[in-house]
Amino acid sequence: MEWQTVIGLEIHAQLATRSKIFSGSATTYGAPPNAQANLVDLAYPGVLPVLNAEAVRMAVKFGLAINARVMRRSVFARKNYFYPDLPKGYQISQYELPIVCGGAVDIVLEDGTDRRIGVTRAHLEEDAGKSLHEGLAGLSGALTGVDLNRAGTPLIEIVSEPQMHSAKEAVAYMKKIHTLVRYLGICDGNMQEGSFRCDANVSLRPRGAEKLGTRAEIKNLNSFRFVEKAINYEVARQIELLESGRQVTQETRLYDADRGETRSMRSKEEANDYRYFPDPDLLPVEIDQPYIDAVTADLPELPDQKAQRFISQHGLSAYDAGVLTAGAELADYYEAVVHELGGHPKVAANAVMGELAGLLNRDGLEIAASRVSARRLAGLLRRVVDNTISGKIAKDVIEAMWEQGQEADSIIQARGLRQITDESAIEAAIDAVMIANPSQLADYRAGKEKLFGFFVGQVMKATGGKANPARLNELLKKKLGG
Amino acid sequence: MYDFAPFFLPEIEPIAMSLNHRDIENIAYLARLALTVEEIPVYVEGLSRILAMVAELERADTSQVEPMAHPLPGQRTRLRADVVTETDRHQLFQRNAPQVEAALYLVPRVIE
Amino acid sequence: MTELHTMTVAELAAALRSRQVSSVELARSFLARIERHQADLNAFISITAEAALEQAGKADERLRGGDAGALTGVPIAHKDIFCTAGEKTTCGSRMLANFVSPYDATVVERLRAAGVVMLGKTNMDEFAMGSSNETSYFGPVRNPWDPLRVPGGSSGGSAAAVAARLAPAATATDTGGSIRQPAALCGVTGIKPTYGRVSRYGMVAFASSLDQGGLITQSAQDAALLLAAMAGFDERDSTSVELPVPDYAAGLEQPLKGLKIGLLKEFFDRGLDDEIERHIRAALDVLRAQGAVLKEVSLPNLPLSVPTYYVVAPAECSSNLARFDGVRYGYRCEKPRDLLDLYQRSRGEGFGAEVKRRIMTGTYVLSAGYYDAFYLKAQRVRQLISNDFEHAFHEVDVVIGPTTPTAAFELGAKTSDPVTMYLNDIYTIGANLAGLPAMSVPCGFVQGLPVGMQIIGAHFGEERLLNVAHRYQCETDWHRRAPPGFVA
Repeated sequence: MEWQTVIGLEIHAQLATRSKIFSGSATTYGAPPNAQANLVDLAYPGVLPVLNAEAVRMAVKFGLAINARVMRRSVFARKNYFYPDLPKGYQISQYELPIVCGGAVDIVLEDGTDRRIGVTRAHLEEDAGKSLHEGLAGLSGALTGVDLNRAGTPLIEIVSEPQMHSAKEAVAYMKKIHTLVRYLGICDGNMQEGSFRCDANVSLRPRGAEKLGTRAEIKNLNSFRFVEKAINYEVARQIELLESGRQVTQETRLYDADRGETRSMRSKEEANDYRYFPDPDLLPVEIDQPYIDAVTADLPELPDQKAQRFISQHGLSAYDAGVLTAGAELADYYEAVVHELGGHPKVAANAVMGELAGLLNRDGLEIAASRVSARRLAGLLRRVVDNTISGKIAKDVIEAMWEQGQEADSIIQARGLRQITDESAIEAAIDAVMIANPSQLADYRAGKEKLFGFFVGQVMKATGGKANPARLNELLKKKLGG
Repeated sequence: MYDFAPFFLPEIEPIAMSLNHRDIENIAYLARLALTVEEIPVYVEGLSRILAMVAELERADTSQVEPMAHPLPGQRTRLRADVVTETDRHQLFQRNAPQVEAALYLVPRVIE
Repeated sequence: MTELHTMTVAELAAALRSRQVSSVELARSFLARIERHQADLNAFISITAEAALEQAGKADERLRGGDAGALTGVPIAHKDIFCTAGEKTTCGSRMLANFVSPYDATVVERLRAAGVVMLGKTNMDEFAMGSSNETSYFGPVRNPWDPLRVPGGSSGGSAAAVAARLAPAATATDTGGSIRQPAALCGVTGIKPTYGRVSRYGMVAFASSLDQGGLITQSAQDAALLLAAMAGFDERDSTSVELPVPDYAAGLEQPLKGLKIGLLKEFFDRGLDDEIERHIRAALDVLRAQGAVLKEVSLPNLPLSVPTYYVVAPAECSSNLARFDGVRYGYRCEKPRDLLDLYQRSRGEGFGAEVKRRIMTGTYVLSAGYYDAFYLKAQRVRQLISNDFEHAFHEVDVVIGPTTPTAAFELGAKTSDPVTMYLNDIYTIGANLAGLPAMSVPCGFVQGLPVGMQIIGAHFGEERLLNVAHRYQCETDWHRRAPPGFVA
């Protein structure tokens, strides 16, 4: 039978607030254990939660950015279960009435296909603490240590519709949300630190069937690569089960990155009955139109809007526009280059996506840490545009700029890389090459036109690559033709 | 049946709401309460009585009202400015903790 | 000067300001009484003598320095449900038997800031769950009017302490009647303010949508003075209401002419002890003599308040008490085998029978398949009850009736059946469900045991309640009677 994969993602994005969602503790990553857990985070007897205004504003921002309905009234509920990293014995979350409903994001697949993925809801909740099982000095194997610094960090949980049909689609969707939350400045997107992570619901159904199959939920995926691998593994596992006439069990599974497989979590936790009910310590969150208007006015240009502008105003291809807008910093950098250069967006785009991206990748740096500033890159490209150097030479110059931290002009000057555009000089070089290679010359003239490239190469070598390529072509053709 | 039953529970008839041992064990598990063998029948009896009393609610016609989650009408939550107001006081807070090491609260090993 | 311990807060405050007595002297005198009667009444869980004398010393400095407030130097007791920094806060439970709070509840903080001196922490039903003070891990409190009888609960220690004149006043909390019922059974004055009037921050939660801090005092006047100091908006409690606190004392003398008193049909219909009814009617005559008019009102859904309460309160309690897990504070069982064992035994051993019963009831009514039938249904009935009160307050200013169906019962009389015990609160629960302010005022004796009149007001109508209670107390002396054996 042919199976269709159905995937829904629940993305957890930590909101980039200074303090926690219900307390005044800091949310800084990496603090010493329990240094950022106050009475409220520790669920001391008698303490009460008070909602962080910024967390609400960030959730509303997200809702507006995906064209969702921002609910006028949302309600916090308690999700009751026992776990050492959950100090109150319940998590404050939103259940029946979330702050954001509906909405969608558009993704572009590698083959260029567009897909729209629906977002069912996005709700505010608090993160749990961390249980540390190993690597604790002096701890015997029979104990787990609990660090509650993370407890109470605000999260927005973004629940997609079950509308993705491959691991690649799921990753594209997750990347899109990742881009969006960083554009909005509501999440730092740091996946190593767990600021952005997801659970994947995976099920299969016979192609053409309406009804969804039984799903497995893979918990806590914290890299795009793991999402892809875990889903692919899970799909294969489920196909095997179904094809051999067995059933998929509805359960929670963990992805084991070392083994590259998913495995079932203890089913005891599955028996959980969360007993949700409205949290009596918090009142409904009410949002009015003036508030929504103010947040709307404060929204930055979003990646899709920016990409559209790059296509229509800069004449970039959809692909290039997509790449350049994948991160707000990258798009800003590109725009700064265009601005400095006073135009030539395609030249700028090629340089940013080509040479610069290559160097960043090589050194594992983010665009913000680029060793060549947008202004300096524009300085280099200006010399390409005005024919001072060739594109090929530019590659060498940017490397030198990267290593030495200098302006393009000083490197061009110091190394004498200025292009030779003077016809007599180029002609002299051509003459010398022709004299030095009589047999190739004869073959060429006998019709072996492929040898043209050989002569270009020889002249370039002789001029140290500085001959203006267009002028060289023109003169060489004339001379070789006799 | 009760001192004031004639008034408050006008026609109380024990409604089939009784729980059995198994129910009590399940509830106690959800609530993470260890019960002794002797305690279980006491709770079977007690909860069954409470639920029979609570079953009186069925008498009310509630088709026209919304559930009331909060005693004051028209209140909405007040928001707190996003300001860090806390300093590290884990040593003070951990004075009450049964078992702590390296500033971590310790529990028997959690298996995932 | 009269015996210090028989004086009201208002009288003591005056004596302090006129330097007839020092705060340290007062504290010593009350501490001595507390010590003397601890064995027979068991009204206190902790006696905080050291802190009391230190605070009293500071109060005396303020009094000498002339920067004293209305309450500076007055000693009171706190119910052991309020967190007090550096002192034990047990909530009457083995679970918190050794718990020392690192912080002060807002109520404690505000009263301290007003110069009030803490004498100790009063005994209570475990986690405020009970109507007789028999569920306390620290043993029952005895009623000063008859040591074989209960003082009521859950604020039994506070009520007994004030009745026995071991403290001129005490803080208390009321979730279903826990201030008013013991106040009535001990012959003292109790006020449960409007939900949201007094901050719940630092008050160990039982049922968050019903809990409200208040006071047990000798008189309405004392309640007015202390409430003004502890009430008001608190940014740490999202459910506290941002409304100014009136000067309650200033409104006490207002004439009652034209006051419309609602007589709750359902309260007088049937089932009420004849003697208690006679006392309530006599009290109403006193008010009528001052110009108040009576009007019968009906709250048809009120009879459902007990079943409503016993869904809502346990549901919230089952969740609120989940934090007591033996990990960060509180009781932890010996040698847990694994995590589940740690949870189950710490909670199984740390909580008493009534608390466990309520946690299980609440767990059940919230669980899958029962939520709609129990929890949501109860919240809908709660709305009906609340609507009934709202309609009533369109017609009358206050509603008056009995606080309890009977006077104090004997220890152990109602411990076998939870429902019998729960029915003690039939008259008081309605105000909690609707979030209304309510008082209990002593209005007579039945066979030597005090009984109380309950006055329920509209939301934020404390000023009116205190006014009615005060005018009543100006004409009667039930509230000034101390139990024999505690007079001297």
